[in-house]
Amino acid sequence: MDRFAWTSGLLELGETLVVQQRGVRLCDGEEKGKFDSGVLLLSTHRLIWRDQKNHECCIAIPLSQIVFIEEQAGGIGKSAKIVVHLHPASSNKEPGPFQSSKYSYIKLSFKEHGQIEFYRRLSEEITQRRWENMPTGQTIQVNKDPRAGRIRAVGIVGIERKLEEKRKETDKNISEAFEDLSKLMEKAKEMVELSKSIANKIKEKQGDITEDETIRFKSYLLSMGIANPVTRETYGSGTHYHMQLAKQLAGILQTPLEERGGIMSLTEVYCLVNRARGLELLSPEDLVNACKMLESLKLPLRLRIFDSGVMVIELQSHNEEEMVASALETVSEKGSLTADEFAKLVGMSVLLAKERLLLAEKMGHLCRDDSVEGLRFYPNLFLTQS
Amino acid sequence: MHRRGVGAGAIAKKKLAEVRGAGTPLGECFWSMSKQLDMFKTNLEEFASKHKQEIRKNPEFRVQFQDMCATIGVDPLASGKGFWSEMLGVGDFYYELGVQIIEVCLALKHRNGGLITLEELHQQVLKGRGKFAQDVSQDDLLRAIKKLKVLGNGFGIIPVGGTYLIQSVPAELNMDHTVVLQLAETKGYVTVSEIRSSLKWETERAKQVLEHLLKEGMAWLDTQAAGEPQYWLPALFTELYSQEITPEEAKEAIP
Repeated sequence: MDRFAWTSGLLELGETLVVQQRGVRLCDGEEKGKFDSGVLLLSTHRLIWRDQKNHECCIAIPLSQIVFIEEQAGGIGKSAKIVVHLHPASSNKEPGPFQSSKYSYIKLSFKEHGQIEFYRRLSEEITQRRWENMPTGQTIQVNKDPRAGRIRAVGIVGIERKLEEKRKETDKNISEAFEDLSKLMEKAKEMVELSKSIANKIKEKQGDITEDETIRFKSYLLSMGIANPVTRETYGSGTHYHMQLAKQLAGILQTPLEERGGIMSLTEVYCLVNRARGLELLSPEDLVNACKMLESLKLPLRLRIFDSGVMVIELQSHNEEEMVASALETVSEKGSLTADEFAKLVGMSVLLAKERLLLAEKMGHLCRDDSVEGLRFYPNLFLTQS
Repeated sequence: MHRRGVGAGAIAKKKLAEVRGAGTPLGECFWSMSKQLDMFKTNLEEFASKHKQEIRKNPEFRVQFQDMCATIGVDPLASGKGFWSEMLGVGDFYYELGVQIIEVCLALKHRNGGLITLEELHQQVLKGRGKFAQDVSQDDLLRAIKKLKVLGNGFGIIPVGGTYLIQSVPAELNMDHTVVLQLAETKGYVTVSEIRSSLKWETERAKQVLEHLLKEGMAWLDTQAAGEPQYWLPALFTELYSQEITPEEAKEAIP
């Protein structure tokens, strides 16, 4: 930790921020110390750490000080870490928090995660050595001879050897995983080919395939994650799974819909349903495919798609066109309203408020005033006052 | 196979052939598919027992896995009921991430108009997930977002200067808008003159694009800047500053 120097934390000219992460603890070798909660910033030139509780406390180390880095996986109760091995401090280093240290490495402990990205970016910066091309205003001692650094830092060789062994072991595991993955993919590819030939046969024999076969085929595709190559059929979209799902949704969404004025956007539904499930979540496509079946299954909900592409679920009893009439009243009372204002008044999401106003406009009840200040709706006086 | 067998006999024969699954090429195909599917399921189970952890812990492996699937025409995230999702557990990971992404975007929409950098989204999602959740990479976020598009809420990914802006509102952003966003990325703001000189556009075209961004709440206008008005993008604010200000500090800073 004696390689660190106090800094203002402001970036120099020519220095760019690459990535930052909160909740990082700085350790001097194996010792925890006082730098336990800060924001760690990586720039093209330096590694900067700022205390989250005391912003005045800000220290930095030039990237040129780094010999190499390694990852330490986290575990239960243990955060993931990056170990940064350093060259000895240069003699003309600016003053910092530590005068000396018995360790030639520091540990960055990621208490709030983010180590994957940070490690990736830090590796990139160390490899690219962009600081050499972009000299900054501050005089940072650039250690141009890594070899000299290595000879001076005793004990690094042993660490490197251990690292090499660990890398080989990891590589072996990874390559075994990749090999198995490749074999698996070969088999999956055969499945895709087979499904294509079936799809072709189905197209040729339009009308001679039973409903049961169609549904079975679709469920094969679903299991494998293969897109349905046959265009829309007469037996409706989706599989048994989606039919069941549609019925479940009708049950789950009845009350929430009633609480929200009879209408909800599909993203709201997605979040609501998945939060409630906790496990075995629905994919966005599962949800859409199930909703497409609501009407044909005569369930009390339906899917509606607005011109803008926004998708909503409505209670069958909900009539958006009727809601438009009351929207017109509200707008008339206030003279004019934006989607934001209307949403606040009525207690709807801005997204759905906008759709309602747009629908009212489409039906001729409202006029728009489209300016830099936003989109504002007025009662359509052309209609009522002529 | 005959189109429509005339007479009861022909119909009965056809039914039998279908039931047996033999004699009709299509029937054979289905039989074969069913067998292959069972075999594949077994292979996948074996793979999962050995490497499920690898997928969970190793983001690079996840990327490789996804890319290979895409190459052969398979979407492991299409359905929560798919084999991949059920046996490898990839589904829940990404679908939950989708929920978290939607929530973050909604929470910040009033400030950035529905545009956010991938970096900021990443930070916010990590914060929301808490200390004991599994780490996620930016690639994971992008894949989750691609899946969210199908919900019709206007999710989009816009490449700007080496990173991405994530759109989460159904505002129409065409090529002109995208190009101006990319121009604004370096400084966080852009002016009409800059657009004219960099993109060689007429003033009218530049103004139209900027006004659209203003209307959507994605850009803020600074008329007090020296020289000409500057159009700032709140989505790009955090990119520029190495200092993080808490909401409490921000409140104190305003007189």
